[in-house]
Amino acid sequence: MTDSQAALQLAAAPTPTSAPAREAKLRARNLDFFYGDYRALKSINIDVSERKVTAIIGPSGCGKSTLLRIFNRIYSIYPKLRAEGEVLLDGENVLDPRYPLNRLRSKIGMVFQKPVPFPMSIYDNIAYGIKHYEKLSRSEMDARVEHALGQAALWNEVKDKLKQSALSLSGGQQQRLCIARAIALKPEVILFDEPTSALDPIATGKIEQLVEELKDEYTIAIVTHNMQQASRISDYTAFMYLGELIEFGDTAAIFENPKQKMTEDYITGRYG
Amino acid sequence: MATMEQLYFRRRIRNALALALSLIATVFGLFWLVWILWTALSNGLAAINGALFTQMTPPPGSDGGLLNAFFGSLVMSGLALLIGAPIGIAAGTYLAEYARKHVIGETIRFVNDILLSAPSIVLGLFVYTIVVRTMGHFSGLAGALALALIVIPVVVRTTDEMLQLVPSAMREAALSLGVPQWKMTLQVLYRAALPGIVTGILLALARISGETAPLLFTALNNQYWSTDLSQPLASVPVVIFQYAMSPYDSWHALAWAGAFMVTLFVLLLSLFSRAVLLRKRIAND
Repeated sequence: MTDSQAALQLAAAPTPTSAPAREAKLRARNLDFFYGDYRALKSINIDVSERKVTAIIGPSGCGKSTLLRIFNRIYSIYPKLRAEGEVLLDGENVLDPRYPLNRLRSKIGMVFQKPVPFPMSIYDNIAYGIKHYEKLSRSEMDARVEHALGQAALWNEVKDKLKQSALSLSGGQQQRLCIARAIALKPEVILFDEPTSALDPIATGKIEQLVEELKDEYTIAIVTHNMQQASRISDYTAFMYLGELIEFGDTAAIFENPKQKMTEDYITGRYG
Repeated sequence: MATMEQLYFRRRIRNALALALSLIATVFGLFWLVWILWTALSNGLAAINGALFTQMTPPPGSDGGLLNAFFGSLVMSGLALLIGAPIGIAAGTYLAEYARKHVIGETIRFVNDILLSAPSIVLGLFVYTIVVRTMGHFSGLAGALALALIVIPVVVRTTDEMLQLVPSAMREAALSLGVPQWKMTLQVLYRAALPGIVTGILLALARISGETAPLLFTALNNQYWSTDLSQPLASVPVVIFQYAMSPYDSWHALAWAGAFMVTLFVLLLSLFSRAVLLRKRIAND
């Protein structure tokens, strides 16, 4: 208990971020989050580096999903939720109400825990978001859909049944479809909120491989329950506990040589 | 050991007793239902002939059909759906998507539930007071309005419930693409909830196709062929009411035929809406 108190004190002081060397695409500055009166995030400072995979780990209820859901302001569809502080995307504060939601969500895509294909064809699932931003000819749209499905490693499996309902796909295929749907908008950042927690090991492996490939083009932040997954696919790892960022740094350093006792206890499985 | 056996025996007796009682209750309920259906079927089928669908309601003693009543019912029910379904869908959408946990939403939902169970004669009287009295005479339009007032709460309730069944993850997924809420509602949520919403409309149609009380005060009846909605209009339930109360055998036969047709229509509607829902379940699996 004394250890965790010490860690909490440390965390409450200027957050111990060993800031990644590469340029940050997305930064949170003194970010607080409230569910009504309950303060769920406490002064979070974190940098998400460009074209790297940043993993956010921590026990249930630590605020890792909450943090991710602030980045594209998806939390704002529910009443009584409030974020304070700054989230800077290329230096601009996206929490500023004047920052257009449209622009924010075209730059920051999101993939959710459960695959949620829309009740329409595979093709339309991908085209749906594109149509909202661009007016494309039939052939241009075909090319965009093929490209997105190709990047999500799904094209070969669905190219002969693009007109079929997306609900006919398996869970793993549906999740890759959701990734393709996000990619289709040509975002700069993709947020993954526990994308494999509803999938079997084989489908999980495919998603993980995909995430590694996608980081060549996109900045990726991924929330995961699975520590092995974080160590496998991420460049940087943030450990959160009870709404605070306890430790943040190179994934190798976090897993092999954590500075905080709490981090060490968590990754060695002593709680969580 | 003896007590164990006694206990077991007593339990078996109780089980048999409970089973017998629930069986008797089921048979008792079904007995009347089957009897009603059988009466409508046998009397109705006997009275069905070609004239039923080609001739007008006759004066006492002569032959005729129910063509004008079928037409009136069809037009008024159709118009009631045309008025009621869009209003119901819009209001249900407001409740489910824009006011789910608001005080206003809860209040409207409560009032709607009252309207849902309001006696239809009250709705008829309401339309009589504000439309029929104002216009000075009965009309098909007033009848359609009264029926629309029955349609609205049914459609509000089903639309509200069906939209609430759409997982919030689907809303988040659509909104995270940057699509505005109205577009997401029209293009994603309605698509997901469509079978349920259609079922609600079909159930509303089934409900109004047998309503008599609201039409007595509004559309009244018309013995002749009429397509004028500003004039009194015949309808199957009102003709059944009038003819069944009469002393003439030929009118009784027509009332039975009308009752049979309404029952058949409602039965087919229920089967159809079940098929719609079933298709949705298969698509989800």
